[in-house]
Amino acid sequence: MCTVCGCGQGETKIEGESHEHTHVHEDGTVYSHSHGHEEEHHHPHDHDEAHAHPHESQEHLHVHDDGTVHSHGHVHEGGHHHGHEGLDIHFGHGPAHAHAPGMSQARMVQIEQDILSKNDAYAGENRRLFQEHGIFAVNLVSSPGSGKTTLLVRTISALKGRHPVAVVEGDQQTSNDADRIRATGAAAIQVNTGKGCHLDAHMVGHAVERLKPADNSLLMIENVGNLVCPAAFDLGEAHKVAILSTTEGEDKPLKYPDMFAAADVMLLNKVDLLPHLQFNVPLCIEYARRVNPNLRVILISALSGEGMDEWLGWLEDNLKAAAARREETVAQLRQRVAALEAEVARLKG
Amino acid sequence: MHEMSLAEGVLQVIEDYARKEGYRRVKTVTLEIGRLSGAEPEAMRFCFDAVVRGTLADGAALEIVETGGSGWCLACGKTVPLEARYDPCPDCGGYQVQATGGMEMRVKELEVE
Repeated sequence: MCTVCGCGQGETKIEGESHEHTHVHEDGTVYSHSHGHEEEHHHPHDHDEAHAHPHESQEHLHVHDDGTVHSHGHVHEGGHHHGHEGLDIHFGHGPAHAHAPGMSQARMVQIEQDILSKNDAYAGENRRLFQEHGIFAVNLVSSPGSGKTTLLVRTISALKGRHPVAVVEGDQQTSNDADRIRATGAAAIQVNTGKGCHLDAHMVGHAVERLKPADNSLLMIENVGNLVCPAAFDLGEAHKVAILSTTEGEDKPLKYPDMFAAADVMLLNKVDLLPHLQFNVPLCIEYARRVNPNLRVILISALSGEGMDEWLGWLEDNLKAAAARREETVAQLRQRVAALEAEVARLKG
Repeated sequence: MHEMSLAEGVLQVIEDYARKEGYRRVKTVTLEIGRLSGAEPEAMRFCFDAVVRGTLADGAALEIVETGGSGWCLACGKTVPLEARYDPCPDCGGYQVQATGGMEMRVKELEVE
């Protein structure tokens, strides 16, 4: 995150994307930091407009990501600002209901807007793109070390030749996971969140632009290993899939309820190890359903292959449904075009 | 620690509205945070102060209105209050409760000048 201007997660890196990004603030200071952009990207950014920094005090401190502190003075215009350019400005509607002109007039602005509205708008765009292309997108969430990447590799191998698969890999650093996925022959792109603890819809939008998943394909988004933060961020996926492994505690669904409430499916991984562990499977499922009564649970082992058929079956059912919805939309559009053409022919005749 | 991202979300909303409404300074920010939203009010305060430094909301007071959680109990067939997602229905003691309210994270209003 650039703490100066607050634009985005400053250290986010999407493989293949990088350029320096410069901001000029009102006071003439120039800030430069690297940003993931590509030329033809279609995500609207409003960086330029968001950089007005009105200052009250003469002395002003900027703290940069690297800890450098800048201090500089500001020149202020002397005039009183009435703010006539905005809408709905009523002098005298402040808490004091004072009508005296020239007095500082605080006022209330009703906002009622979701804090995550920006993320949700990007997620909506991603979802629309996925639907248009018949892409079935899943957001895989878990703690680090639950076996997500191994499960992914196994899933990709099993679907080889039947469905195209593309993967977005989220980690704070390294491209190790994307390298593992690419070794299977599937398209993968690594997103390093830097200091960020989760993927957001904007990062995924950029990653998908580069990745260009095929029509009717499976898109697996492997989120940052973290059972807390990714729960709040919609990426535009059809379902969140939580992966819990038998080497973790069976009460994790109670400890991290938001994640298990946000997920539609829980994969209980590493069941091949159960004979050697004290893990109580029915109790774990009971805890998970306390948090989310509608949660679907699949017992699975990426190593022995147990439960893989049920998991692959669930994926393939959803892939077919996504492709069918796309067909339906295309058919509807064709019908509409045909109807319009008939209308044109009738008018001409 | 996604409160840091949430605080940035708050700042984005404030800056977007500053253009629409023509204010230059924000004195008070009122947020509505649901009990079941997963956001921690105390962490939110800490991150908010850090994020707004040097912006039009520098030094603004943060007021957080916590709203209660609620859920639909399948067994009782009604909406019941819910303190946490893993809590049972306070009436029947069962766990067939789907959270329905208290998930909101919203910028409610601003005091500006």
